[in-house]
Amino acid sequence: MFRNQYDTDVTTWSPAGRLFQVEYAMEAVKQGSAAIGLRSKTHVVLGCVNKANSELSSHQKKIFKVDDHIGVAIAGLTADGRVLSRYMRNECINYNFTYESPLPVGRLVVQLADKAQVCTQRSWKRPYGVGLLVAGLDESGAHLYYNCPSGNYFEYQAFAIGSRSQAAKTYLERRFENFTDSSRDDLVKDAITAIRETLQGETLKSSICTIAVVGIGEPFHILDQGTVQQIIDTFEIAAEQEGPAAEPDAAEQSAAAADQGGSTDEGVAPMDI
Amino acid sequence: MNFMASKQPENSLLGPEADSQRTLYPYVTGTSVVALKYKDGILMAADMGGSYGSTLRYKSVERMKSIGKHSLLGASGEISDFQEILRYLDELILYDNMWDDGNSLGPKEVHNYLTRVMYNRRNKFNPLWNSLVLGGVKNGQKYLGTVSMIGVNFEDNHVATGFGNHLARPILRQEWHENLSYEDGVRLLEKCMRVLLYRDRSAINKLQIAKITEEGTTISRPYSLKTYWEFSAFANPAQGAVGTW
Repeated sequence: MFRNQYDTDVTTWSPAGRLFQVEYAMEAVKQGSAAIGLRSKTHVVLGCVNKANSELSSHQKKIFKVDDHIGVAIAGLTADGRVLSRYMRNECINYNFTYESPLPVGRLVVQLADKAQVCTQRSWKRPYGVGLLVAGLDESGAHLYYNCPSGNYFEYQAFAIGSRSQAAKTYLERRFENFTDSSRDDLVKDAITAIRETLQGETLKSSICTIAVVGIGEPFHILDQGTVQQIIDTFEIAAEQEGPAAEPDAAEQSAAAADQGGSTDEGVAPMDI
Repeated sequence: MNFMASKQPENSLLGPEADSQRTLYPYVTGTSVVALKYKDGILMAADMGGSYGSTLRYKSVERMKSIGKHSLLGASGEISDFQEILRYLDELILYDNMWDDGNSLGPKEVHNYLTRVMYNRRNKFNPLWNSLVLGGVKNGQKYLGTVSMIGVNFEDNHVATGFGNHLARPILRQEWHENLSYEDGVRLLEKCMRVLLYRDRSAINKLQIAKITEEGTTISRPYSLKTYWEFSAFANPAQGAVGTW
């Protein structure tokens, strides 16, 4: 995308009928580290890649529990994601207090989308720079939704967002037809495999990924590292390829920088005349 | 300028509160509602009287209404407050339907919503002067609960409001059991309503019985109960107590 005279604020249309600020916000999602989700009839699994800035720091939290029956994985500006998670938790808790019943995930997703839309139509606001994969249950079973900064939302059988998500998407596209009837464990295995795809050869270990599950009869929870490592080992999912130690580090750093919102390579493209 | 505002002396310390209109006492009231769980759902009974103090002023008041697809609400107490509650619920169900997403509010959700409404009004010292009975069936699950005007709420296999608590509940405690047939349930409710008719001064002999099952709600046409007044003790009331009137 190139800079143009219609991209300064979100309340300016381009002649082609585009809102560039909104599209730029979607770019921010693509720069974040990968998050994937897949669902069967009864369970939904979320997974994400955790890249820490350096060996000294901890990694950013990208999967949030919203309620016993809803969880969310984010990609993009994690601060925006945290704020939206807080909003979602609030909505769930208020609904539960009034009706003593869990908020159907489909309704929460619409509320979230409407909230995002507001930011695309106010001159003093900016769109949220985060994509959310919302996993949850309602009366009709398990659901996976993707909420965009644009205010759109879509339901998916499986999806991946963030950097190098195309690799995961390709893997998921090959396998998604079987997901509806998958067992919970197979779903988790597929999620971990999809995460591996985004790592492009780097060794898959439980320290660089997070997996969370929600299902009918199973409240949303994040799997602990030990369990995840066990699954990786059991199914020998870890990539066989082993480059020299330097390579994985370099890959880690550039991806970590991406999380902060755009590496210096991207920069400002020449102005469109 | 509001000439109808309540008169306060100039040195009143009451401030803005004195102007507000709060419910202090009910005017047109309905008496007991009785309900029980049976094999296929919930049975609820209420008479059709609306009393204006000690006068039986209105005799065709429907005190039970169906709410959405899954619930049935019965009310005793101030009739105008019951109508207000129906308007709140109408709006609630409308918005629920507008989602059009396969999810719907069941009896449990409606009951809890009503509890919140009643309790919050009570906290503002402006209660909705009703005791409500909320019953329904959703996805095979039967639900029966009650909320009072101060927000006390609970669920049970059989509930009643007002005099029903004193006269009907003891009968139900003795004779209710799981999986009552429809006929047995109706018979049991009629037994309770008959006692209430004999002993509750605000009861009238014109009642409706409502049934809610997974399939839907039916509210019966109004009918009356047979009564018996030829008990020998009534023939000569002064027999055991000379001088009584």
